[in-house]
Amino acid sequence: MQRNNYNDQELEAIALKVREHIVRMSTGGGCFTGASLSAVDLIVYLYGRFLNITQANLYDPERDYLFLSKGHDVPALYGTLAELGLIHKERLQNHLSIDDYIYWHPNTRVPGVEFHSGSLGHLPSVAVGVAMDIKISGGENKVVCILGDGELNEGTCWEALLVANAYHLDNLIFVVDRNHFQANVRTEDLIPLEPLADKFEAFGASVKRINGHDFTALHDAFTHYSFKEGKVSVIIADTIRGKGLPSIQERADRWFCNFSGEEVAHLLMELHGHDTTSLTSETLIVR
Amino acid sequence: MTYEELLTQTALADEQIIVMTAENRALVRNLPGILGKRFIDTGITEQTMIGAAAGLALRNRIPVVHALAAFLTMRAFEFVRTDVGIADLPVKLSGFIPGFLSDANGPTHQAIEDISIMRGIPNMTVFAPADEDDLIKMLPEIWESEDPAYTRINTRQTGYVHAPYEFGKAEIVAEGADVTILTYGLLFEQALIAVEMLRNEGLSVGLINMRSLKPVDEEAILNTAANSKLLVTLEDHFQTGGLYTIVAEVLLKYATTARVLPIALNEKWFKPALLPAVLQHEGFTGKQIAEKILGYKTRYQQPAVLTPQFSE
Repeated sequence: MQRNNYNDQELEAIALKVREHIVRMSTGGGCFTGASLSAVDLIVYLYGRFLNITQANLYDPERDYLFLSKGHDVPALYGTLAELGLIHKERLQNHLSIDDYIYWHPNTRVPGVEFHSGSLGHLPSVAVGVAMDIKISGGENKVVCILGDGELNEGTCWEALLVANAYHLDNLIFVVDRNHFQANVRTEDLIPLEPLADKFEAFGASVKRINGHDFTALHDAFTHYSFKEGKVSVIIADTIRGKGLPSIQERADRWFCNFSGEEVAHLLMELHGHDTTSLTSETLIVR
Repeated sequence: MTYEELLTQTALADEQIIVMTAENRALVRNLPGILGKRFIDTGITEQTMIGAAAGLALRNRIPVVHALAAFLTMRAFEFVRTDVGIADLPVKLSGFIPGFLSDANGPTHQAIEDISIMRGIPNMTVFAPADEDDLIKMLPEIWESEDPAYTRINTRQTGYVHAPYEFGKAEIVAEGADVTILTYGLLFEQALIAVEMLRNEGLSVGLINMRSLKPVDEEAILNTAANSKLLVTLEDHFQTGGLYTIVAEVLLKYATTARVLPIALNEKWFKPALLPAVLQHEGFTGKQIAEKILGYKTRYQQPAVLTPQFSE
């Protein structure tokens, strides 16, 4: 089964393009800029090297599955799908348009999106169902489900883990986009999650914690630490909210952004390492 | 044939069927050994079971899922609406002990708003068989349909032999010029008793077993409204959102009207006790139904109501 096999340098270049797409989507109504920038490297890695999902096998029953339970990561997903040729790049210009389906949460009308999400704590169980059927059917497909760390407040994430453990779903990996932020505040200031790895291990999972912006570390974790026989896998990917844009990085009020055209131009330069004055915009919206 | 026998036979003949339960095996005790991996018990996790059912349906399975009706429709509501409803997947929900069938379990277990909330989900179909014979006649059509479906499971034996089922159609048991009772589920038994008493009082009485609440048999409702002086909607459901509401919607849709007497649970949960006492206390025995319609007491005796063999 066909898969992409980009090297780390190529993945870096794709990730930069995806970040540009996110910045461009952060205007004219905006998007979850800070929230999705943390997941760019993770999603680019998964499509660029790990999962057997390409234009050619999008609907093949033996393909791998990616479920984006953290719906706010969807700009990173759309940017990746566009860069890897699964959707036309022009479609990203239809962001929030009534004429397309590129909006704030994932929708299956966009090829490459396996299931809609937005309500948190749902896709862990959907992924469990798919992984169960692959086991019943004797398939080799892998199932990856990306969760937000804030999403882990939802009890159904833990319920699904219990069931995944009971059914020994070793074809299933939960990946936590661990950017340490809820929507509005830091996770540890609201509903503390640490020691997070211990919690997952206590639920019977095989757990690996890595730097979610390091392609080598991601590849090592996905190929060496996941798929332990009989165990569901959890990869905690430590990430940075707003990664790539120093002016919004690690800021609670840059979860959702709606920039002016001028600000977008500044941020695109910032992405490429040019110094820009830090943003003072009053147009930023925290939803 | 029992529910379990029908499900066994269907699942053995069709590899697409997956039987699931959230640790409520009353209806499916023999299936783990027969179906092996195609029997999935997720534990006491109604929400996760529904999400997993959606995942299985994404892989072209038809999950028949079991839980107590109250928890299946309410605890897991947003999962049903979001994972099954938005995706329009053929997940078949089997809700056990709905309505008065939860008898002494108490209000936590009372699914008496289930029809209202399930029919509010686009594409969801909703069914309420009168007894096990009716259930067995209805389920093959329900399982073969590509729609998501909620069935109020009713395995009571009444001895009544129902007409064959046609998807979405009501069973017209009798037509009557004076009064017609429209009902579904468990109360069909009591409606039969009421009809006999009303006839003994000299009335021309009709009876319709609705069977399907969504899609609803509009023609049956409109014909009854045109040909019967009084319509009685009889249901073990809140008055809001159930059959009374459905009848009102149909009449308004076709710019017609009728005299309608609702007999339902109006803004209340019912008093928990064993089923015969619940029916008596809440005024839903055949005799009480007949007397509500007549407006006076009768000398007739209410036949005994059978207690369910198990309640959970």
